[in-house]
Amino acid sequence: MREAFAFLMLLAATAAPASPAEAAELPPGRAAELERLVLQDCGSCHGLTMKGGLGSDLRPESLAGKPVEVLTEIVLDGVPGTPMPPWRPLLSEDEARWIANYLLNGGAQ
Amino acid sequence: MIRTLAFCLLSLAVLASAGALRAGELRATGDLGVIVERASGALLIIDQSDHAAIGRVEGLGDLSHASVVFSPDERFAYVFGRDGGLSKVDLLTQRVAKRVLQSGNAIGGAISDDGRLVAVSNYEPGGVRVFDAGTLEMVADIPTGSKTIGLVDAPGRRFVFTLWDAGETWVADFSEGEPEVTRPAITRIEGIGTNPYDALITADGRHYIAGLFGEDGLTAIDLWQSPLTPRRILSGYGRGEAPLPVYKMPHLEGWALAGERFVLPAVGRHEVLWVDTRSLEETGRTKTHGQPVFAVARPDGRQVWVNFAHPLNDTVEVIDTPSGEVIHTLKPGPAVLHMEFTARGHEVWVSVRDAGRVDIYDTRSFEKLGEIAAETPSGIFFTARAHRTGL
Repeated sequence: MREAFAFLMLLAATAAPASPAEAAELPPGRAAELERLVLQDCGSCHGLTMKGGLGSDLRPESLAGKPVEVLTEIVLDGVPGTPMPPWRPLLSEDEARWIANYLLNGGAQ
Repeated sequence: MIRTLAFCLLSLAVLASAGALRAGELRATGDLGVIVERASGALLIIDQSDHAAIGRVEGLGDLSHASVVFSPDERFAYVFGRDGGLSKVDLLTQRVAKRVLQSGNAIGGAISDDGRLVAVSNYEPGGVRVFDAGTLEMVADIPTGSKTIGLVDAPGRRFVFTLWDAGETWVADFSEGEPEVTRPAITRIEGIGTNPYDALITADGRHYIAGLFGEDGLTAIDLWQSPLTPRRILSGYGRGEAPLPVYKMPHLEGWALAGERFVLPAVGRHEVLWVDTRSLEETGRTKTHGQPVFAVARPDGRQVWVNFAHPLNDTVEVIDTPSGEVIHTLKPGPAVLHMEFTARGHEVWVSVRDAGRVDIYDTRSFEKLGEIAAETPSGIFFTARAHRTGL
């Protein structure tokens, strides 16, 4: 419940419109690594199938309509007060945006 | 004609499961174990002394956070899958004997001391469901309105579990009457703390300890006391310092007892915390390589093996219990997810998810003794768990 509320606050606070997702350029091989990260490590909490667990449901039908920049920020800065950690120490903004797009487009399915 | 057909079918069956028992063959179960292949929905069956896989059982659904308990005769493994699947696997015939989909999202399970009941901890719907261990028919549904974690068995046909959202621990007592027709007696203990994320019970079934995510501290309940009273331990262990990001939650298991102390993972600090079992006071800390996920005492308690969360998860540290010092570091490979000791601790098996193998180490010399190929291996469970409370 708190997580949903924090998410809504983040949504309200962000002015960015839901622009079409732009694929960030990644070094060769990095995309495959990020894909593995999403499946296996994000999957620790969000489930290998992204259906959720300790973390929320990340399937495209659940994320539909969420702006890519909002998701990118959540990946980078986490959701304080919940188990969602900030990945900024480990990921660049481009990589976080790639993950956001990947999830929005159902890449993990 | 019928006999020829039967013979053909038998041959096919034998070929299909080469490790399964053939007519007249004997195999003991004390040496067996399972390795969860988390992305394949399969269980590898292994023989400990052979250091080998002897079979694979498929069709177990989403095993992305699977755990396993064993029947008292060590014949059956009950597999709790992420998708709410509860599967009873026959280790000797290497088949799924029974399977039910009992919830939308489950996190773990337990088996009662007498082996009659299997309980599953559900995120969705939040609560615990209890099943007959033989038939997998549901005998009790305990809704909690909260994600449940830290489900363990306790002596006297009891289950103990904790509510992530509400910060309560419940004890479900099935000892009176027949479980199929008698509702359990439920005791609710409030004030466990903010967002307990996991819990352990000691092998004597006495101490239940819940780790907290939402605050610095853990909560211990002495199950020998009456009334059951929560006691905060290690309060403020973060010392007011900003916590480090936690990319994977620590896990608490009954192996936390080493000598006269508990060794517990800190949350948001790269440390394990030592707690005296009688006073429940902190006695010290050991700095570790990363965020501990599992801190597992060797069965004799003389060493504690620790693995870590992403991204420092290629490393295992070995802590000497008396001195609290890291005495050895291993680098088994990318993504070390789990460690399992043989019953008396002479070996430890370590899953290396991204290298597709399970490594076997001698716990005295730290020498690598062998390895077993496995697809994205996660949890490793040996049948000796059948005879221990809380595992």
